[in-house]
Amino acid sequence: MTTLAPSTPEAEQVAGVPAVRLSGIRRVYGDVVAVAGIDLDIGAGEFFTLLGPSGSGKTTTLRVIAGFERPDAGRVELQGVDVTRVAPAQRAVNTVFQDYALFPHMTVAQNVEYGLRVKGLSRRDRRARAEAMLEKVRLPGLGDRKPVQLSGGQRQRVALARAIVNGPPVLLLDEPLGALDLKLRQEMQIFLKALQRDLGITFVYVTHDQEEALTMSDRLAVFNEGRIEQVGSSAEVYERPLTEFVAGFVGVSNVLERDGRSITIRPEKILMSDESAGAGEPGTVQEVVYLGMVTRYMVDLDAGGRLVVVRQNLETSSQEALSEHGKRVRLSWRPEHTYEIKEGM
Amino acid sequence: MAVDAGALEAGSPLRRARLHVSGFLWRRRWVKALALLMPPLAVFLIVYIGALAALVVSAFWTANSFTATIEHTWTLANYRLIFSTSQPYLHIAAVTLGIAAAVTLTDAVLAFPLAFFMARLAGPRTRVALFVMVLLPLWASYLVRVYAWQTMLAHDGSINWWLNKLGLPDQGLLYTNWAVWIVLSYVWLPFMVLPVYAALERIPDSYLEASADLGARGFKTLRSVILPLALPGLVAGSIFTFALTLGDYITPLLVGGTDSQFIGNVVYDFVGQADIPFAAAFATIPMLVMGVYLLIARRLGAFEAL
Repeated sequence: MTTLAPSTPEAEQVAGVPAVRLSGIRRVYGDVVAVAGIDLDIGAGEFFTLLGPSGSGKTTTLRVIAGFERPDAGRVELQGVDVTRVAPAQRAVNTVFQDYALFPHMTVAQNVEYGLRVKGLSRRDRRARAEAMLEKVRLPGLGDRKPVQLSGGQRQRVALARAIVNGPPVLLLDEPLGALDLKLRQEMQIFLKALQRDLGITFVYVTHDQEEALTMSDRLAVFNEGRIEQVGSSAEVYERPLTEFVAGFVGVSNVLERDGRSITIRPEKILMSDESAGAGEPGTVQEVVYLGMVTRYMVDLDAGGRLVVVRQNLETSSQEALSEHGKRVRLSWRPEHTYEIKEGM
Repeated sequence: MAVDAGALEAGSPLRRARLHVSGFLWRRRWVKALALLMPPLAVFLIVYIGALAALVVSAFWTANSFTATIEHTWTLANYRLIFSTSQPYLHIAAVTLGIAAAVTLTDAVLAFPLAFFMARLAGPRTRVALFVMVLLPLWASYLVRVYAWQTMLAHDGSINWWLNKLGLPDQGLLYTNWAVWIVLSYVWLPFMVLPVYAALERIPDSYLEASADLGARGFKTLRSVILPLALPGLVAGSIFTFALTLGDYITPLLVGGTDSQFIGNVVYDFVGQADIPFAAAFATIPMLVMGVYLLIARRLGAFEAL
């Protein structure tokens, strides 16, 4: 899993006025609490991801920032200005929609120019900026096409161009890669990350894909049931999950109860050796899944609990790996690779 | 039931015949389609196209007013009469077209906000209630509704009663073109509301959100996003309101005045006088107008909205 370097070093510290500040945001639909009181600061120039399963409140939070949803309680600040009661049209953010929301009756160029036209830019300026932006998203010369004539990936980039051509300090992206196939999605992840570094603006990115979140984000917030479980850099959230939910959602839930404490260990940090090794906790291999690059083992420990272990297939063949089913093994790990997690989340 | 490769050669003759028939139909889909479409197609061809052809052909004949018989000689005499400036027919056609255009415009202006409210703002219960209110008049007889308007528009009718209540003078609306315009606008309104509703309902919320997100306020979004996307629905509705008005002759008869003759009324009169050729010739005028109208409507995408 690759984590690209943070776009700007100062993004880590949330220097000065945050690009987005949410305080006590709450949104209820009838009996359903979509967002149950969220406080969040997103720094200028950060690639910030809202990560969580569907229905965890991440999209609602994004829509509250954009202004499409009015919070039942709480404040939204953009660059230090309270915009809670400001209409979406007057907020200095632009959005890339999950379904792209390209206007079907307009050409690609007209779509990209829309925001500039609303602002009253001259026809020539609009043309020039839209063209430059289409070049930036690698769609030169497609301005005269209609959205229906484009592929999903191309539409996605038009939606991107239409949003960033307005030069927003904050760009909101609502699962923008959700409809693309895996290979295209991975390409777009790298492209988006590079684009964000190039533009130097804040990206607030919603996804349910933990790998995508870890790949792209400077920092991320893990959502669960309308609340934020943890905020931190990719490495922090992955290596030091604060709650069992985060441990399970970001990676594999490897939680053990030992001495009245709950600890978690990442599967690749566990060393699996023969029973005769003498050191480590004894257990039995319950399941073996050969994944090509690595093999995943599920081991039931004699002292209770089940751990997932991942081993690179450095010298093991698939037959050797699969033959370890039912074997007695010992698992060991370094104490600094275990993290205590909060109880009763 | 297992049917093996030799099935077509074995078994009882009846069973073999059935296998042959179903195999034949399976191999030639068009035979099945033809069998399905034959009855409606036959009716359509004979009754509809046949009648139209007879109409167009007879438009080029003349009627002998003394013998009341039709003379089967090709002539443009009927059309010369229609387009003669000393005759009232051009004026009648203009009044018909003018009122049809006015009714269409009025219905578009009335239907759009109503359909917009129904499609995008109303809750499910309000929407159903509005649907029933829009459709309810269609379940009552057309004649009943026109007669109802006749009493409302009459000198001592409810409209003047309300005007007097508001301190305004009486209006002699009944038996004028105003009355024809009001009644036809009312009668054909549902035919505009429904296609406009369908077009508006299909616009995803995200388009409107995207427009707002890009800085457009309500009016700009209405003009640049909603109206262009609703246009096919408006044009589809206008086909109904325009064509139905063009072909009407009862409303002008019941609530119109001396200047409210429609093409339909003239056609009706000439049929009554056994001058079928002139009636046919005059009837081709609205047909031609509708033909042109439909061509324009197709270019505006109205048929994708149906």
